[in-house]
Amino acid sequence: MTLLGTLALWLALLVGVWGGLAGFVGGLNGRADLAHSARHAVFAMCGALLVAVVSLEWALFQHDFNVEYVAAYTSRNLPVFYTWSALYAGQKGSLLFWATVLSVFGSLALVLTPRHHRELLPYVAGVVSLVAAFFVSVMLFGHANPFQRLPYTPLDGNGLNPQLQNPGMVFHPPMLYLGYISITIPFAFAIAALLSRRLDTDWLVAIRKWTLLSWLFLSVGICLGMWWAYVELGWGGYWAWDPVENASLLPWLTMTAFLHSVMIQEKRGMLKKWNLALIIGSWLLSIFGTFITRSGVISSVHSFTQSSVGYFFLAFLVVAGTASFALYTSRLPLLGAEARLESMVSREASFLFNNLLFIGIAFSVLWGTLFPILSELVQGTKVTVGPPFFNQVNIPLGLALLALTGIGPLIAWRRASIPNLQRQFAVPGTVGVFTALILLVAGMRDFYALMAMALGGFVAGTVVQEFARGARARHRQYGEGYALALGRLLARNRRRYGGYIVHTGIVILFVAFAGMAFKTETEASLRPGESASIKSPYGWTYRLTHLGISQYDALNRQVTAATLEVTRDGKRLGVLTPEKRQHVDGLGRPTFQPSSEVGIRSDLREDLYVVLGGVVNGTEQAVFRFTINPLVWWVWYGGMIIALGGLIVMWPGGSPAAKRAQAGYSVRLVGEE
Amino acid sequence: MADRRAGGQADCDRRAFLSVMAGMVFLSARPPVRQSVQDSLPGTGPAGRLWDPARAGRPLEPVTVADNDAVIRAIEKQLHCTCGCNLDVYTCRTTDFTCTVSPAMHEQVVDLAAQGMTGPQIIDQFVREHGVAILMAPPKRGFNLAGYFVPSLLIIAAGVVLTLVLRRWARTAAPDAVPARPVAAGTPEELERLRGELDRLSV
Repeated sequence: MTLLGTLALWLALLVGVWGGLAGFVGGLNGRADLAHSARHAVFAMCGALLVAVVSLEWALFQHDFNVEYVAAYTSRNLPVFYTWSALYAGQKGSLLFWATVLSVFGSLALVLTPRHHRELLPYVAGVVSLVAAFFVSVMLFGHANPFQRLPYTPLDGNGLNPQLQNPGMVFHPPMLYLGYISITIPFAFAIAALLSRRLDTDWLVAIRKWTLLSWLFLSVGICLGMWWAYVELGWGGYWAWDPVENASLLPWLTMTAFLHSVMIQEKRGMLKKWNLALIIGSWLLSIFGTFITRSGVISSVHSFTQSSVGYFFLAFLVVAGTASFALYTSRLPLLGAEARLESMVSREASFLFNNLLFIGIAFSVLWGTLFPILSELVQGTKVTVGPPFFNQVNIPLGLALLALTGIGPLIAWRRASIPNLQRQFAVPGTVGVFTALILLVAGMRDFYALMAMALGGFVAGTVVQEFARGARARHRQYGEGYALALGRLLARNRRRYGGYIVHTGIVILFVAFAGMAFKTETEASLRPGESASIKSPYGWTYRLTHLGISQYDALNRQVTAATLEVTRDGKRLGVLTPEKRQHVDGLGRPTFQPSSEVGIRSDLREDLYVVLGGVVNGTEQAVFRFTINPLVWWVWYGGMIIALGGLIVMWPGGSPAAKRAQAGYSVRLVGEE
Repeated sequence: MADRRAGGQADCDRRAFLSVMAGMVFLSARPPVRQSVQDSLPGTGPAGRLWDPARAGRPLEPVTVADNDAVIRAIEKQLHCTCGCNLDVYTCRTTDFTCTVSPAMHEQVVDLAAQGMTGPQIIDQFVREHGVAILMAPPKRGFNLAGYFVPSLLIIAAGVVLTLVLRRWARTAAPDAVPARPVAAGTPEELERLRGELDRLSV
């Protein structure tokens, strides 16, 4: 099967290169036969890469430890669930995953895109073929072939890193990869629009679902990554501003900016240059993220080991970036706006400032991530840029963005009048001010937390007001009950009201982030029967009594588990069992350093988070770290609400009027040219 | 008798056989005993000692008052552990218990504090020994100021430019926005209906 896999990779490379050439030549010369061939090349590449994936999975499930990748990432006793996910656990497998998913997405785009966009499709096939062929070439020429064999066959494999043996890790990496990979489709359409000079809103309609899909995958992937970091890594937080985390945030920020600014192009025919630049930039950032992860150029806990693969990505990034922006620059004269901004106080202007903040935050994250390299180049000394730096720079920007999340929907398109602004801002503004006052009276003094919650109140007020006005309008106009009116409002205006649901999720996330300002933690070493106490920010006292330690063997690990009885203000809440795990291979040999499995007791207000550090002198006296993290559950709820809102926005269907509007038909008012 | 005994023997064998079968059915009907729910392994050593301490990772020292000292913790949160974990010393030593670097750095912080050094003096001592890379964020001086302020300054500059451009656009577009001919104002009902329609059309 590994021979078949390698042959499939070579076939995919050859077909991909042909698809690229045929697509571009066919599109530029109007050769239907070549365009047809490029389309089929994408399908053929997809088939070949799927054969390669099946071959690798076969080797993984057959425990063919003569294959270097199988020996490096699995063992005989690895659960089936994780044996499957070993496909993307290592660099070589994840490159195969990338190329395969891209070819699947490319095939879907070619099949599902309506026929009236057919002039764009040869170029789309060309771009997808070349990008996927690049990934395959990295595998074949960058010493990253997942089918490479060892000169001997080990009795058992190394097994999967214990920290990857978590359900979150089964879904988090593929979700992020899907987000990164799917950006290639809008990018391919953008290049197609530039090459074919069809730069009206038509290409935007073709990529609408893809941009949303990509944004949704990135959002879910980032949230799952936060959840995994929280429950698995044991440091008691969910975001550490690690370079690889930052790399996933960058395209999310630029894609979110695009999802806002594209509305201006659809409604007013403005910002054509900006939207194209955002799509090209988002794709380049996704490749940049892949470069960061795989080059080892920046120290990160996530990074794959340093390898020559990074240089391939750097070269690809430079070539693709130069070519894309050269093409973009050559088409600038064709990208003139069809309308002009009429007032500084308009929805368009607020969206532009919103875009400025999104891109500003993206720049600031990128700047901080690369600053150690820059510092070394300029000063000759490497500096560490950790959470204190990122928090200091980004929290004010994030709060400004949160404020604009509430302001944008309150300002009318084209021009807002003073009475209109008063009417729109009265309720949300009052909610925000009252939230701040209540929290001040309650004793909250942390400035950023206070601002986050007050602005959260303001944005929530905006969302509620928008839903209430819409439902009331339907109630008046059609005589519908309020619940029905609310449901139909959402169903008929999915993009607008789904967007508001996403805003609600963002508010919840910000409030939850603010909760971490009140985190408390302590360490204790306890003998069986001894207790430790920790005070919660809500004023409760948790008491944790160490009941003892048990050791047992599980499927692929040796477990040392401490049992702690938990009470809150004297009321028994249950037990927590944090663990130390020593993973072993099928022969019982230790495979990795012992890892910690956190004990977490969650409710809506706070999490009690317990880590078993180890034991003292081989006795049952154990060392623990106890942390209280307020409002953590709301991070996961916020993530779910964002995903729900995203799904509503991209759900197919909608009213004919909405479709017309999405297709670039806008209402022409009296006096408009 | 012999026959009966023989028969009895035969009956007894059948009973034994049926008993064994019933026992097997009973055992197979019970939920499988998973190793993961097995309690402490047999042969546990002296009371209070673990059967295999090596499974619990590196042996640790009992927690001291200094380990929980808020000042010590605040200092350690500004120092970067050099084990390659990208975490601060406090987080590393209370998270990755296999790391031997962060506990050593913690010991040094505690020792320096015991000698009467203040927080900034302790941090300066670490910077002298390891360079500025030991800090979780670069000090705000020299080129590092660019790290802190370039993003904000660029955003402010871009904001000013954007404002000026938008104002110019708005001024040039303003004459066009004036209706060429007077438009009759709608009644409140008509305006409300228009708003409803626009709400419905808006996506």
